[in-house]
Amino acid sequence: MGTVAAATAPAKQAGRESSRPARRPGRLGTRLELALLLSPALVLFVGFVLLPIAVAVYYSFYKWTGFSPRTPYGLGNYQRVLEDEVFRSALLHNLIIAVLSVVIQLPLSIALALLLNRKIRGRAVLRLVVFAPYVLSEAITAVVWLLMLQPGGLVDQMFNAAGLGGLIQHWLADGDLVLYTLFVVITWKYIGFGVILLLAGLQSIPAELREAASTDGASAWATTRHIVLPLLGPTIRIWIFLSVIGSLQLFDLVWIMTLGGPASASATMATYLLDHGFSRYEFGFGSAVAVVLFVVCFIFALLYQRFALRRDLQGALTGTKR
Amino acid sequence: MNVRLSTPRRLATIAIALAVAVPSLTACGDDEPGSSGDPNAATTLTWWHNGAQDPAKGVWQSIADQYHAEHPNVSFKVEPAQNEALKTKISVALQSPTPPSIFQQWGGGALATQVESGKLLDITDATSSWISELGAGAKGWQVEGKQYGVPFGLHVVGFWYRTDLFEQAGITSPPKTMEELNAAVTKLKAKGIAPIALGGKDKWPDAFWWSYFAIRECALDTVKNTVKNLKMDDPCWVKAGEDLKAFLDTKPFQEAFLGTPAQQGAGSSAGLVANGKAAMELQGDWELPTMIPLTEDKEYAKKLSWFEFPSVPGGKGTPGTALGGGDGYSCAVKAGAACADFLKYIASVPVQQKLVQSNTISLPANPGAISAIQDPTLKTVQEYLNKAPYIQVYFDQALPTSVGQALNDAIADFFAGKGSPQGIVDAFNKAVANK
Repeated sequence: MGTVAAATAPAKQAGRESSRPARRPGRLGTRLELALLLSPALVLFVGFVLLPIAVAVYYSFYKWTGFSPRTPYGLGNYQRVLEDEVFRSALLHNLIIAVLSVVIQLPLSIALALLLNRKIRGRAVLRLVVFAPYVLSEAITAVVWLLMLQPGGLVDQMFNAAGLGGLIQHWLADGDLVLYTLFVVITWKYIGFGVILLLAGLQSIPAELREAASTDGASAWATTRHIVLPLLGPTIRIWIFLSVIGSLQLFDLVWIMTLGGPASASATMATYLLDHGFSRYEFGFGSAVAVVLFVVCFIFALLYQRFALRRDLQGALTGTKR
Repeated sequence: MNVRLSTPRRLATIAIALAVAVPSLTACGDDEPGSSGDPNAATTLTWWHNGAQDPAKGVWQSIADQYHAEHPNVSFKVEPAQNEALKTKISVALQSPTPPSIFQQWGGGALATQVESGKLLDITDATSSWISELGAGAKGWQVEGKQYGVPFGLHVVGFWYRTDLFEQAGITSPPKTMEELNAAVTKLKAKGIAPIALGGKDKWPDAFWWSYFAIRECALDTVKNTVKNLKMDDPCWVKAGEDLKAFLDTKPFQEAFLGTPAQQGAGSSAGLVANGKAAMELQGDWELPTMIPLTEDKEYAKKLSWFEFPSVPGGKGTPGTALGGGDGYSCAVKAGAACADFLKYIASVPVQQKLVQSNTISLPANPGAISAIQDPTLKTVQEYLNKAPYIQVYFDQALPTSVGQALNDAIADFFAGKGSPQGIVDAFNKAVANK
C-alpha cells in the first residue's frame, strides 16, 4: 500500500526536501540507530524475499524430486518449461486476464468512481456495497461463487427467472468459457479496490478547478475529459500496475474454483507451478517455473516503473535528481 | 525518510544492519535433539493424518490417548489436516530436518519416491513378527522388500449405485458386462435420470475409469511389468483409451461433469448420488462416510448398493482384478522404536475394530477385524476385495509421483475432449523420460 499512498500524494516533495538543511548523519551513534531500526525489516527482506529467490534460482538448475540427491540439469528445466504447451497457455491466460482487466475493469472503475463521487442519495451505502467484495478473502469469494455457478445454482436460476434460460452455459466446465467466467468473478471482487483508489484520487482534485471550468462554460463531459481524467493519471497508472501484477500472479481463486481445469483451460502460471512443483514432486522444475514467473513480473515492473510511473514516483522510489 | 546518506556511509549502515541481522537468521537452524536408542525414554511423537473432521479426528485422538495411557513415556502431538493440504505439507516436511514422527502414507511408487529422502524409518525388523497378520495388503508399503509403513485400512474402487433409481428405470440386476452397463445408461437416460456421476474437476476420479479399462484390457503380467519397468509399450494400453472413448461417446455422465468436484458439497459427484440426482458412481469404498455431510437424507446408505467394474469383451486382463489401495502410516527415522510399536498397536484387532465401528475406515487392514463391518453393502465390497486375484494400486499412487500425476492429467484432458488414446500413453512415456 506504500506505493499507492506515494502515488496519490502529489509528487512535489522532492523540491521541498532539497531546500531543507540536511541532517548530518556522520556520527556513529546515528548510524547504529539506523542500523537497529533497519535490521528487523532487513532480516525479513533477506530471509523471506532475497534468500528464497536465490535458492529457487539455484534449485532450478537441478533435476530434483525434493528428496533425491540433486542432479545437475543445466538449463534443461527452463527448456522444458518454455517448451511445454500447458505452460505457454497458462502464460497466455495470465496475459488475457491482465488485458481484460485494463480494458474492462478500468473504465468500469472510473465510471463507478465518478458516479459515487457525486452527491447522490445513499452514497455511503453504495460505496460500501461496491467495496464490500474486496474485503472478502479470495477463498471465501471462490467458494461462494463456486456454489452460485454450479449447474442449477443461483446464477442459472437467475437466468431462468429473467427468461434467459437459453443462455445458460456450463460456466466452469466449458473450456472455452471458464477463463471468462473467472474474469467476471475477479472483476466482482476487485472492482471495489479500483473504485476506492480512484475516489481517493478524485478527492485530491481541487474543487476550484472544476468550478473554474464550469464558469468558463465547459460541459460536464468536457470537464471530466480534460480536467478530471488527466489529474487522475497517477492513480490510474498505479491501478494498472497493481492490476497487471495481480493478474500475472493469479492463483487462489482459480485453484479453488477450477484447479486450473478443465484440461488446463483456466491454468495460470501459479497453478501450473503448484501442480508441478508440489503435486508431482518436481521441485527443480517447479523452481524453474517460479523463476520464470518472477522474471516476467520483474521485467514488467521495471519497464512499467521506468516508462509509465517515472513522473509519479519521482522522489519516492527512484533517486531524486537535484 | 529524510535522512540521506552518502554512499560510503550508506554502505557502513548496511554493513552494521547486516551484522545485527545475520546472526539471528542463522540461529534458527539445525540444532536437533538426537533420538536415543532407549525404548523407555520419554518421547513425543508428532502425528500427521488426514482425519481433519469427526468422527476420524476424535477417534485418532482417542487412540493416541489410549496408547499414551498404556505407555506413559510416549506422548503425542496430533496434527490433522485436510487431505490435499496434508500431501503438500508432507512433501515439504520431508525436505526439512524435522519431518513429523508419524505421517499418513499411501504406499506404492510415491512411497518409493519419499524413501529417497532417507528420512523414512525402515521398520522391517520391528514388524517382522506380526506383519503377516495383515496378509498381502501390507506389501504395498514395502520398497525393495523393506517395510516402510503399515496400512490401517484398505480400499477398492467399484460402482456405488442407487437401487431405487435402478428400479425406476427398470434395471433388474447390476450390469456385469460393458454391454449391460451401456444398456443401463440408456434406460436411465430414458427416464431423465443422470446415469453416472463423475467428479471431473479433481482429475483422479477420471483416472479410475481409464485404469479399470486398462486392467481389463491388459494381461496381469503386462500391468505388473509396466509399473515395475515404467515402459508402456503394449497395445493394450491404447486399447484401454479406445474403450474409454467409446464409452464417453455414449455421454453417460451428469451435466457439466468437468467442473464437478468429487466430494465437496451436495453438488459434488458423491453428493449427487447421495441425493438421488445421479444413479451411479465409480468410487472407492470410502463413499459411505464421505456422503454423511453431503445429504439430509439419513437413510441414504440403505438406498445404495455396489457392483464391480464390468468385464470388457476381448480383454486380456484377469477377471476380477480390482483397482484399489490403502491408507497407512510411515515413521520418520528420528521417531525411533516407539513409532513402530505404535503402528503395531493401530494394526491390532481391537483398534482395527474400533476404526471400523466408528466409520473412520470402511475396510480394515487386519482381516481379524472384518467381522466389525456392519453395513451389508460394505460386506459385499469386503468379500469382493477378499477374492480379488490381484489388487492394482491406483496408478497415480503405484507409479513414481511425477509419472502418476502426468498420467492423471492426460486422462483428465482426454475426458475434456483433448488428446487421444495414444496421447495418454505418450504422456506416460514422456513423464518417464523426464523423471
